Amino acid sequence: MTIQMFFQHLANAISLGSIYALIAIGYTMVYGILNLINFAHGDIFTFSMYFAFYAVTLFLFPWWAAFIFAIVLTTLLGATIERVAYRPLRKANAPKISGLITAIGVSFFLQNFAIVVFGGRAKSFNPQLGVYPTQFAQVLTFGDVRIPLLTFIIIGASILALLVLVWIVYRTKAGMAMRAVSKDVTAAKLMGINTDRTISQTFMLGSALAAVGGILWAMKYPQIYPYTGMIPGLKAFIAAVVGGIGSIPGAMLGGFILGVAEIMIVAFLPALAGYRDAIAYIILIIILLVKPNGLLGVEIGEKV
Amino acid sequence: MRKTFVMVFLVILMTFTLFSQEVIKIGMNFELTGPVSGYGQMSRDGVLLANKLKPTVNIGGKEIKVEVVAVDNKSDKAEAANAIRRLIDHEKVVAVIGPATSSAALAAASIAEERQIPMVVNTATNPLVAQNKKYVFRTCFEDTLQGALLATFAWEELGAKNVAIMIDVAQDYVVGLANYFEKAFEQFGGTYFTEFYTTGDQDFTAQLTDALSKNPDAIFMPGYYAEIALICKQARDLGFTGPMFAGDGADAPELIQIGGEYVEGVSYTTYFHEDADLSPATKPFVEAYQKEYNRRADAFGALAYDAYMVIVNAIESAQSTDPVKIRDALAKTKNFPGVAGTITYPEGSGNPIKPAVINMVENGQFVFRTVIKPSM
Repeated sequence: MTIQMFFQHLANAISLGSIYALIAIGYTMVYGILNLINFAHGDIFTFSMYFAFYAVTLFLFPWWAAFIFAIVLTTLLGATIERVAYRPLRKANAPKISGLITAIGVSFFLQNFAIVVFGGRAKSFNPQLGVYPTQFAQVLTFGDVRIPLLTFIIIGASILALLVLVWIVYRTKAGMAMRAVSKDVTAAKLMGINTDRTISQTFMLGSALAAVGGILWAMKYPQIYPYTGMIPGLKAFIAAVVGGIGSIPGAMLGGFILGVAEIMIVAFLPALAGYRDAIAYIILIIILLVKPNGLLGVEIGEKV
Repeated sequence: MRKTFVMVFLVILMTFTLFSQEVIKIGMNFELTGPVSGYGQMSRDGVLLANKLKPTVNIGGKEIKVEVVAVDNKSDKAEAANAIRRLIDHEKVVAVIGPATSSAALAAASIAEERQIPMVVNTATNPLVAQNKKYVFRTCFEDTLQGALLATFAWEELGAKNVAIMIDVAQDYVVGLANYFEKAFEQFGGTYFTEFYTTGDQDFTAQLTDALSKNPDAIFMPGYYAEIALICKQARDLGFTGPMFAGDGADAPELIQIGGEYVEGVSYTTYFHEDADLSPATKPFVEAYQKEYNRRADAFGALAYDAYMVIVNAIESAQSTDPVKIRDALAKTKNFPGVAGTITYPEGSGNPIKPAVINMVENGQFVFRTVIKPSM
């Protein structure tokens, strides 16, 4: 392998890893605060793509307005799902496992709803339709290494999302409430925190992050179909667990590790390329065996 | 008194069931959702049009209504097997059309064979689908032929000496077609190397980076349109400027919608183009299709249309709705004027020998280039 080929592979790996990282941040945040594995995250991600697509092709929005529209609508979708599917469970004091099962149910519902409403055939997220400016699709060359401009946009968006999230969680009142809820819901409620509102805000934030990830994913891999979010959602989940579920920097780290591993496996052992998804599972299993809390996860003692 | 009531009731029920027998059902086992739903939906539209134009069969001077029933196999092998079981057991169909893809068709074919229900696939080209099976027929050519035609095309038309092949390891069709291409291309004196991926992959940069370091003259993508569109985009982004070509898996409008300017110049083998004069039935079909759906006719629809017509023709010549007799009549199909070329089944085979059409993407359209007639 020549040196410039290695750098090309590295560039590809960072490009893939950065988008996994961005999706994983949204995934891990909801878990970190609510202890709920939101399996519907990948499908919320799919819906954001459809929202952006239809805003441009049907309502003729300019691309930036379509992006804002999609993010707002996805945020509302997240809030609605929380209100309809998860809140009644909390009210009924249902066991934790019910939340997980409901999340899987929501995921199936969203997938099938998308099939009925948007149709099973793939839609295209192509700059020729005006869904985003063609300049974004250009490729920068550094010697023999070619990196799409989009990679830098995605890395920038991930870092920005991380900073905004840290600011919200540590510098705002809503963030303080979120941290309180993550420690103990009942105690937070006794201290006068509107826990329902806080949990709803958490979902909205998580969904907004899914929307940003969804739109960027669609720009990178321009096809949208009802199951688009399944694999990225799964990879984001694995990235979140590898990094330490609940830890936001951990999710970013996990995303990059996964991206690098997937590309490098194909690069160094091309014969195994067909088993690429298995690599993600193998990493997951190894991490769970060796460091069950993930790389940056903290040991949480069981409450007695 | 009560006995008479029961008798009357039974008589009514019997006459009712006798008259309600006046419908026969043909099943459709198609990819209506999932990664290759484009194929399934185009195929279903073809069958629906055929059913609209020929809604009855004549048996013993009586017109019997033909009803078509569709079941979604979700572009999945296991679901395709479930779908055909449901069509046979629950819907009591006399014949099945589809699936459109080889993996799904392979899974369904053994069930058709076991239950002795004729199954006509429209576009599943892998040889194994109909091999050693009495009940499985096709309206398309098979991949041994397609692979040879593609090798001829690459060697003669593109002048390619060294070809990179992108193989989807999860699809029988892709592995098969790549294999037949390789054999034929070697005979010309060409060289090739392979890169692998799995259905549903969206990132091919690692494989393409590796491929481009070996300086191929052309990239052959025997896969399906969703992946082909992304491979083209990523290959161009990585700086590849040479020709790219594909098999019939490229033939869906999504290729152009998703691939945009990146798929310009991609050529592929297929079975049909509305500008190709394949049989006397082609032109009327193209017009009827345009009128019904307000869009250009496609290969999947055309072959599915042919599948329906071939079955209906067999039912009429068998003068029976018995699946076994329909199968025997199907096997004797000779010079049937299909809209995508004339269909004759050679003795003991469900594979018609047909010409291939080469199409190319030009200015965002599928443009007809040429018809290649098989020499075998």
